[in-house]
Amino acid sequence: MTIQWDQYQATGCYDELMQEAGKPRAVADALTRYLASLNEGELRAVQTAAELSIKEQGITFTVYSDEGGSIDRAWPLDIIPRVMARAEWNRIEAGLKQRVQALNLFIDDIYHEQKIIKDGVFPKEILANSKNFRPQCVGVSPPLRIWAHICGSDLIRGNDGTVYVLEDNLRVPSGVSYMLENRQVIKRVLPDVFENHAILPVDDYPSQLFDTLASVSPRDAEYPEVVVLTPGIYNSAYFEHAYLAQQMGCELVEGRDLVVGEDDIVYMRTVDGLARVDVIYRRIDDTFLDPETFNPESTLGVPGLMRSWIKGNVALVNAPGAGVADDKVVYAYVPEMIRYYLDEDGIIPNVPTYLCTDTKSREHVLAHLDELVVKPANESGGYGMLVGPKSTAEEREQFAERISRDPRNYIAQPTITLSTVPSVVDSHVEPRHVDMRPFILSSDGIQVTMGGLTRVAMRKGSLVVNSSQGGGSKDTWIVEQGNA
Amino acid sequence: MLSRVAETIYWLGRYMERAENSARLINVNANLLLDLPHDLTPGWQPLIAITGSEDSYRVKYPDYEEHNVVSFLVGDLSYPNSILACLNLARENARTIRDIVPREAWERVNELFLYAEENLDSGVSKRGRFAYLREIIQGSQTISGILSGTMNHDAGYEFLCIGQMLERGDMTTRIVDVRSASLLPDTASDLLPYENIQWISVLKSLTAYQMYRQKMQIRVRRADALKFLIQNEQFPRSFYFCASSVEASVGRLPRGDAVRRTLSRLKRNAKSASMPELADDNVQLHDFIDRLQIGLGRVHEAISNTYFLLPEPVLEQDGPIAAC
Repeated sequence: MTIQWDQYQATGCYDELMQEAGKPRAVADALTRYLASLNEGELRAVQTAAELSIKEQGITFTVYSDEGGSIDRAWPLDIIPRVMARAEWNRIEAGLKQRVQALNLFIDDIYHEQKIIKDGVFPKEILANSKNFRPQCVGVSPPLRIWAHICGSDLIRGNDGTVYVLEDNLRVPSGVSYMLENRQVIKRVLPDVFENHAILPVDDYPSQLFDTLASVSPRDAEYPEVVVLTPGIYNSAYFEHAYLAQQMGCELVEGRDLVVGEDDIVYMRTVDGLARVDVIYRRIDDTFLDPETFNPESTLGVPGLMRSWIKGNVALVNAPGAGVADDKVVYAYVPEMIRYYLDEDGIIPNVPTYLCTDTKSREHVLAHLDELVVKPANESGGYGMLVGPKSTAEEREQFAERISRDPRNYIAQPTITLSTVPSVVDSHVEPRHVDMRPFILSSDGIQVTMGGLTRVAMRKGSLVVNSSQGGGSKDTWIVEQGNA
Repeated sequence: MLSRVAETIYWLGRYMERAENSARLINVNANLLLDLPHDLTPGWQPLIAITGSEDSYRVKYPDYEEHNVVSFLVGDLSYPNSILACLNLARENARTIRDIVPREAWERVNELFLYAEENLDSGVSKRGRFAYLREIIQGSQTISGILSGTMNHDAGYEFLCIGQMLERGDMTTRIVDVRSASLLPDTASDLLPYENIQWISVLKSLTAYQMYRQKMQIRVRRADALKFLIQNEQFPRSFYFCASSVEASVGRLPRGDAVRRTLSRLKRNAKSASMPELADDNVQLHDFIDRLQIGLGRVHEAISNTYFLLPEPVLEQDGPIAAC
């Protein structure tokens, strides 16, 4: 299965590595030549080594199965990396920083004066119907006025090469551990390529994350007690929770390990007795955080946690209520927000978005369901979507009804054919659609991961990249110009 | 170390040990029955009594027929102390702390459960039983070995040992209790040969026979066997040894004063009793054993209160999985 680039066909979409059959992009020139130089046995050996490495390191994710149990699956990684030039990345990085800065200003404004509403830039009705707006957070000022300390923004590239932001995940974005592990594996199996490329490293993320978390500690201690709060081993991202806790040298706790004292301070139960907790990197949703404030049925959270947070005795990362900006309707306003708060134009464009609350847009959406992608405003993981061009008449009818019943909960976007990257399929290379999720850390400064997690739709022609729905992943290389 | 993690390791230790002890018990009872005259045989009921499972057993089975008792003790998942249930609970506990337990140990725990489940039919059959139970015992020993040889000997390891040793001490008292109660006093001279055989079987169920011969250098008699099993300081399954090990482990943990006080009282009780006296009086012996078991219960409570803080271990899908 030697790779023959002159037979590689990525028709009708932008390919990240190949300009056309047989002609690689400048940035991927050395990589593609190297891959073509491997003979069948060598290529297979690389792939086997990658699979083995993933299995041995126990890099897994959990899939819920219909039978009720859950299964640990080996993380799917394709050996051919996605490559991007440093110059292009610099622009994207600046765009992401700008975006997250505006989003944090927006959230803080929404929970305080709501100037953006008073100035008529953001409609009041949207907020009134927002699922993730938390009245309990009104008036709270978290340290540094940062709400979304960790943001995962999904980027996609369309036919003409334009990179868009598809969505901003401000609640509990996951995937960063896989980005780090992918690099480890690829370094192991393609060491000679690293020698000939200036590939920028990604592995300081855990220490940057720890610094971000420590910077919002309410106590001025040199080593604040930072913990990672997980829903437990049955959560699909448990591997990542355990991984990040280990990499940062923090305790991995569950709700029942924590207790809020009468002094409104959070403690964890240890064999040495109660120990004060300063910062909680929580990987459970808002509504499960505190049964006293939110869902009283929640056994994952900690009674009194919100009390402690509101008093400023503990930092919650991301802050409760940050999800108000993680809503596909609010998303449509991000370019306005950037103009409003920063007086700048957005560097990375949004995907054009039709809001179904707007009568005219809604009529357009209903008339063009077969061309558009319809998404519920507050779902994640690719659930509950309609992909127009691939839908049946019956599905379209169902969505038409849902949209008419609850227009606030739906947006529609033109179907963008995601860019592709050559991927190993059976014994040859075929184009597969990808997206990319960089992670942005905000505290006293803003840091962006070098690249991000590239997710791949492993089924031919599919645009669904979520790992919960059969997606794979790739290592992502940001390379210095001139060395590629 | 988080209390929840400590508690989970503790129960991992207890369940592994409980599975192993049950396997020993069944094997030796089977051997004993082959040696005794039919009219003297106590049958399989003592095993149900030893494991304190009379009530749950009677709900399911009308009699103490061999196949029923063995099926119940080996493979009944609804009975939380069956070998299969213990291995399953050990596995679930190990699973939740996979980042703390060395990988090989987790894999071996997982494999052992799968073995026990897949070979259950042969495990409850007369012919396949011995090999099956030996596999369980050796599997458990292997896991202990892996943990001791590869895990950091930190607080987590101490909790593992504490769980293991409390469980072991508990089983030793149970075995002594039931065997002694079912026996006739030494004086019935025509039954003497069988009396000895029974005590040999007691020792063998604890793999103590060889060590007993080395230490005591006398033929097996009730008082000496009792002395060896309760008071010996070197035999690793004797009650005194188990209590001392727990004491040493707690000594390496913070805040252990209350637990240590409970333990020294218990050790004093065990050491000061006169075995020849107790050997002659089944009622007294039973009371004595009872006090030791209550003492172990107090140690468990003290540990739980000091380190786990949760009122009682909970039996829920994702909690430290425990059943007393």
